Amino acid sequence: MNMLNKEPERFDIEALLPWHAAGTLSRRDADRVEQALASDRELQRRYALVREEFAETIHLNESLGAPSSRAMEKLFAAIDAEEARAPRRRASFDLAGRISEFLASFTPRTLAWSATAAAVAIVVQAAVITAVVVKDRGAPSTYGVANKSQHVDGSFVVVSFVPQATVAEITKFLGAHKATVVEAPTRTPLGGYRIKLSDTKLPDDEVTRITKQMQDESKIVSFIALQP
Amino acid sequence: MQATSDEVLIGRIANGDRLAMQVLFARHHVRVYRFVVRLVRNESTAEDLISEVFLDVWRQAGRFEGRSAVTTWLLSIARFKALSTLRRRPEDELDEETAGAIEDPSDDPEVALEKKDKSAIIRKCLTGLSAEHREIIDLVYYHEKSVEEVAEIVGIPENTVKTRMFYARKKLAELLKAAGIERGWP
Repeated sequence: MNMLNKEPERFDIEALLPWHAAGTLSRRDADRVEQALASDRELQRRYALVREEFAETIHLNESLGAPSSRAMEKLFAAIDAEEARAPRRRASFDLAGRISEFLASFTPRTLAWSATAAAVAIVVQAAVITAVVVKDRGAPSTYGVANKSQHVDGSFVVVSFVPQATVAEITKFLGAHKATVVEAPTRTPLGGYRIKLSDTKLPDDEVTRITKQMQDESKIVSFIALQP
Repeated sequence: MQATSDEVLIGRIANGDRLAMQVLFARHHVRVYRFVVRLVRNESTAEDLISEVFLDVWRQAGRFEGRSAVTTWLLSIARFKALSTLRRRPEDELDEETAGAIEDPSDDPEVALEKKDKSAIIRKCLTGLSAEHREIIDLVYYHEKSVEEVAEIVGIPENTVKTRMFYARKKLAELLKAAGIERGWP
């Protein structure tokens, strides 16, 4: 191939060099660039220039610093103001979704789906049994989903996390205490997450012990309130 | 344990989860700030703008369809807001000569020149590019955006992205040459 035929191809390849340096080309394009670089010394020289620009652009941007905390304060003040004016209509608390997400972080997706389906089946089964029992006891025959905060057995506390707590830390915290989130802050009077400690009603001193243990993890917990 | 993905966070934000909003902000605000500050050249304005960018995320999370990466969406919003601000205050938009006079915050260009510090001169010349050229170089090199993603953020065809990047680099080479660095390209 003579140079005339080679130049347009080189231009095409050369146009891709910045993305090759940044590692954002598709596998196919990256292979094309690699093959061209392997046999073209001039292209290699030009790629060195690209890498020089790449490094200095990163250096320049990294030297720009970071915004002050004012940006975050202003953001959340605006969110507060907006919520105060017109509270967002939220979707119902997606417990099945939360369970699915939680399992997906540990297990293959198929298992997460199976577990979610099983959890949903249990919830549905519980609702049906509740409805049957309530009906048998002569309660009003109108069917409705039980208010979980009033009719579900177990031991609960309300927990608020510090603003710096990451989702990973909170997930780890919940896992360590075998607790699950059952209600979002927007639905609890104290503005914290309502979490379930046990499926059965624990003795008061046991709940106090677990609560104290949780409070000791002050790195991510800001307050814990007992729930009767 | 792997971190919660940006897409999952957006889903939670759509449901009004402030904690997810905090995580997303913590994860991306510095890069968004740097992208904006390079466009508007004013730190205070850039801080105000990133608050607005993330407020838009809070408001529009429910409409995010996941067709592009969350960072691409964030940079698109940031770019729109930065350019709107510049349009509202055209006196703040700097021409290339003025821009060239802005000091590189990472080094004193005069001193760097005396020391023949090539790296500092390249950074100085990067700050001297037009907003259009600065933007594309930052998106490709610093924000690691693919051709397709840059096209989406800037709103131009993919071939134009490649051409604009080429001309941005060509202009950089001209500025370097004027500063005494001959690279033998283009």
